[in-house]
Order: sequence, then C-alpha cells, then structure tokens
Amino acid sequence: MSEQPLRVLVGKIGLDGHDRGAKVIAQALRDAGMEVIYTGLRQTPEQIVETALQEDVQVIGLSILSGAHMQLLPPVLEMLREQESHDIMVIVGGIIPREDITYLKEQGVSEVFTPGSTTEDIIEFIRQKVKQNR
Amino acid sequence: MDYHEEKERLIREKKNWQEKVNKTLEKRPERKEFKLDSDLELKRVYDPLDMENFNYLEQLHWPGEYPYTRGIQPTMYRGRLWTMRQYAGFGSAEETNDRFRYLLEEGQTGLSVAFDLPTQIGYDSDHPLARGEVGKVGVAIDSLADMEILMDKIPLDQVSTSMTINAPAAVLLAMYMAVAEKQGIPMEKLNGTIQNDILKEYVARGTYIFPPRESMRLVVDIFDYAGKNIPNWNTISISGYHIREAGSTAIQEVAFTLSNAIAYVQAALDAGLEIDHFAPRLSFFFNAHSNFFEEVAKYRAARRIWARIMKERFGAQNPRSMMLRFHTQTAGSALTAQQPDVNIVRVAFQALSAVLGGTQSLHTNSRDEALALPTEHSVLLALRTQQVIGHEIGVTDTVDPLGGSYFVENMTDHIEEEVLKYIDRVDEIGGAVEAIENGFIQQEIQSSAYRYQKEVEEQKRIVVGVNSFKTSGEQPIDLLKMDPATSKRQVERLKEVRLSRDQGQVASALHDLRKAAQSDENLMPYILSAVKAYATLGEVCGALRDVLGEYQQEVKL
Repeated sequence: MSEQPLRVLVGKIGLDGHDRGAKVIAQALRDAGMEVIYTGLRQTPEQIVETALQEDVQVIGLSILSGAHMQLLPPVLEMLREQESHDIMVIVGGIIPREDITYLKEQGVSEVFTPGSTTEDIIEFIRQKVKQNR
Repeated sequence: MDYHEEKERLIREKKNWQEKVNKTLEKRPERKEFKLDSDLELKRVYDPLDMENFNYLEQLHWPGEYPYTRGIQPTMYRGRLWTMRQYAGFGSAEETNDRFRYLLEEGQTGLSVAFDLPTQIGYDSDHPLARGEVGKVGVAIDSLADMEILMDKIPLDQVSTSMTINAPAAVLLAMYMAVAEKQGIPMEKLNGTIQNDILKEYVARGTYIFPPRESMRLVVDIFDYAGKNIPNWNTISISGYHIREAGSTAIQEVAFTLSNAIAYVQAALDAGLEIDHFAPRLSFFFNAHSNFFEEVAKYRAARRIWARIMKERFGAQNPRSMMLRFHTQTAGSALTAQQPDVNIVRVAFQALSAVLGGTQSLHTNSRDEALALPTEHSVLLALRTQQVIGHEIGVTDTVDPLGGSYFVENMTDHIEEEVLKYIDRVDEIGGAVEAIENGFIQQEIQSSAYRYQKEVEEQKRIVVGVNSFKTSGEQPIDLLKMDPATSKRQVERLKEVRLSRDQGQVASALHDLRKAAQSDENLMPYILSAVKAYATLGEVCGALRDVLGEYQQEVKL
C-alpha cells in the first residue's frame, strides 16, 4: 500500500533574493517523492502561513539569508499556534548565527540547516520527524 | 626546418610519448576524470599541436589592442594596479561612513556601497515589508539626508564610488549627485559606477521592482542623461557575478551577461542613442570562482567576445566602446561555514585568477561571510590579500603572463565558442528580455545549480571541510553583531526628514515625476528634483510603481 506523499511548502521569507538554495532544496524534495509548493520571493509571514494552510502541507521550509530571521520567523510560529496548526513542522535554512538557532528552536522551529547541509540530511530529517509525529 | 617537417616530428614524438603514458597508466591509473566546471573534459596535456589554428594577431594581439584578449591597457598593472574596492555597508549611514573612512585609511582605493534590501527594492525603512531588514545586508538610505551622512568628510572628487543598486539606481545616483553639488564638486569630477543592471535581477539577484520592459526604459534614461551630465560615470555594471552565484557555470556566466549587455545596447540604439556615445561607459562585473585556469580563460574570452560584438555587430568605432572593463568579486558561494579560516586561502587563489585575467577592480571576500557580515579584522585580511598579490608576488610585473600557454589559450577559445553558441540561442528566442520572460535563462541556471549540489553530495566535487577533511569540535569565531537599535533610529530620522521639508515642493516634484513617467521624457531630471526636495526613496519609487507597474515573479521548478 502506498502512503500519501508528504506535502512541503518551500518559501523565501522577507526581501532576500538569494533563492539558489531554496530552489535546489525544492527540486531535491520533489525528486525524493514529496509534493512541493514553492512560493517564490518576498513572502511575508502572513502569506507563508496562509499558503501553508490553504495547501494543507505538513512541512514548511523557509529560506532566509538576509539576517531578518529573528524578526520574520517568530511571527510564522505564532500564527501557526493561533491557527492550532502547530503540528505543521517548520524547518529553516540560511545564514543563521549559533545563538539565534537556540532561540528559534525555543520558539518552535524543528531544525535549522546552515551552509554545508546536504539535501540528503534534510530529506532524512523530514521523513524521520514526520514519522515520529504520526 | 619547415613547418610540415616540424609538425611531423611533433606527431612522431607525441606518439612515442603516448606509448610511455599508456604503460604508466597500466601501472598507475589516473585518479578520476578531469573536467572543467563548465563540463569540458580536459586533455592530459596541451601542446603545440593544439595551437594549429592559433593566430596571434587575430586572437590576442598586444595588450591594449583589439580584440583586447591580453588586457585593455598596454601597460596594465605596470602602470597602475587594479582598484582595491571592498563592498561594505551595514546599519546606519553613520556606521557605514566610519567603515568607509577606515578602509580608505588602510589603503583601499575606491568605495563600494552595499545597501539594505528595503533600499534596493524602493521601500522606506518604515514600510511594513521592511520589517527586520533595515540596515541588515547594507546601509539604509531613505532620503538625501542619509546620503549626506554616508559621504560625510569623503572628498567625492578624489574617490570613485561604486553603488550596488539596480531598480532604484536613478534615485541613488541622483542623491549622490546632489551631495556632490553641496560639496561644491563639478559633475565631471565624479567617478564611480551604479550597477543599474536590472535584467540579472529577474534571473539571479531578486531586487527587481518594475517589469522588465519598463525597467529597460529607466536604464536607457540613465545612459542618456549621464552621458550628457556626468561624463565619467559608469552608467551600468553588467553583472555575471550574481548569475554565477545563483549556480551557473563559467560559460553561462559570460554568455548571459553578454546577452544582457546586447539587450541594453540594443535598447539604447532603439531609443536613438549613438553607440560610441554611451558604450564607453558600460562596465562589467564577474565572479572569481575556484577553478583557477578556467576563470583566467573566462575573463580573456569575455574581453575578446565583447570587442568583436561591439565592432562587428554594433559597428562601434571608438576603441573604448569595444573594451570590456570589469570589476571582480571572489565567489561568495565558494565560502564555507566550516573551518572559515580556510576561506582566506580560497579567496587568495580566486583573487589571483582575476588579476591574471586582467581585472580593473577587485573585491576579496572575507573569511566569515558564510556566517555573518564580516568583522573589521576579517575585511582587513581580505584587503591585505589583494595587497600581497599586487605588491609581493611579482604577478603584476609583466602583462598577461599566461598568454600563449597552450592550455590557457585552448580554454579561452573553448569558452568563446561555447559562449557564442549560448548567445545565438538567446538571439533565437528574441533576445535577453524574451529569454527571461519565458524562463529560459532561469532554468539553465537552476539546472546547473542542482547539478553542482549533487556533485558535492556525491563527492564528485571535493569541498575541503564540507564533504572531506572535516574537523571535529570546531571553535566558533567572533562574528559581527548588529546594533538592534539601528532600525529604530533610522525610522526616527526618516520621520524628522518628512516633517522638516517643504511639503509643497515634494508634492509638486512627485506630481511632475508621475506625469513624466506617463510620457516618454527622460526621468532623471524629475528624479533629481524630487530627491533634492528630500522626497524619500519610497515616495519616488512609489510614484514610479503607480505608473510603471510591478513585476510578479513566476518560477518553474
């Protein structure tokens, strides 16, 4: 019996235009059999949450390299809690300093993937984590 | 001995050598297949037989002579070294002004301004979309008041200033001109560059505002206005840098950059501008990536191709129109977060390739940039790297020292050939604007980026410290901390500016700008008036957004 494929939103939050990583990840997740919704650039926290709910995703992957992560990521987690959708897993990729990672995890981010992470690591992480949550 | 005898002897000797190689290979096979980043399989060795079609005068000529393969200048670095120009900007105008003056004191010879994202996308610091972004990746400039502080105590007639600004390039250029005017400096004494290369924003860098065709009008307005009013200003820096950062190969980098350049030239000609009037002020910007000889060959090939395009395709007659002048930055995407000090070594080699390729100016990345904006100490090391290359290791003592190398000349020819094929494909699609609108260029870059990542993950491509030679228990290094109060202070100053200016003057300047935007008048004079009245960047860009519309990105994965 085949399982439903995982649905993942990959998004660029804030004004940052560096989308090489986000596109590579989106493509790799798709090649790994997941259904990927890619938002494109310049998404606000509100738009991310709205799209995630509309598309009924299990995972939100947000890419940010501009340094605005401390202002833009917590609102996403907060809105998900307000919508009682905190079962949606949020993972983050980008240039995020160590001490900020600790804070973001406290806020509910499941994992932060910094430069040098492999698509393999990310795919594995998503699969394991979603399995645990079931 | 005549040529044919010589050649036969070469072939004979090579055969003998080949037999020896075969024996060696039986005992000791080679480590792997050897390929360029652009996927060409490399020969074991290059020799005179690879130079059969080589024609010195056609393909190289002397430095400063068409087609400028060996350099645009007869004496190159023997006359003057390249401009050492570190891209810098963060926080407020005050903080960035401090960093600029520090760099100038340490022997840097030109300024390069990094703007924050709201500035680059034409939003004021208090716009809702500016949330979290103010002063982060560069300095926040909301109005002329900020530009005055940014350039405070910097003699604008003695430095050249490069501004990485694209969609609102006209606005920032106008602010710079207004500051110069206040310093009492005549416009012909201003030296510098605005990036103003909007086409690559749609495919690689992402700070677009208006749709492509509307944006092209602004670009041409600047060519025209600057040609008449600030004659020494580089009106555009046509950039392969970001295309490469987005994942392209070296060949795609040159091909898409030159395709964009062709589109700008064509647009200017269509608007009635004279080729030799604006073409000498076009400049370029390339990436220095890690495959050393491929990069050197890339710059040499780019110069030759551009010279021929300008002469043969566009009929330019002024040699300056044919000379490809370029800035180089080492590859940000090649920096690793792991073992960051190793980046110093990478950057040095990349920078050396740019120097051997004849760059006019250079930015060397700092070791910590895969982790944060660089500290002052890291930036100083990066600048010192350039100074070592320029003054200690002798590579600047003779022009184009790799010229004539069997390998480098073959790579130069190969890159030229492949780039021309790509340019033909873009031409067939209908030019760069079309090729961007239909997604061709984006998809070519994307698939190269994906292949690169796979090669790293499959260990076909070794990245020291990332997929090999890892160190356990790395110690974190000190990183630059941003002052969280910057954003608040910036918004306060913006509010003061809005309160203290002549509102009637601002309103009428913006009204005139809107009207001009609806016609086909040159917008530069209107933008200049608005800026001088302390209209904010967001107001000026807002007026233009109303008339020109906004670009909506479409992504095909």
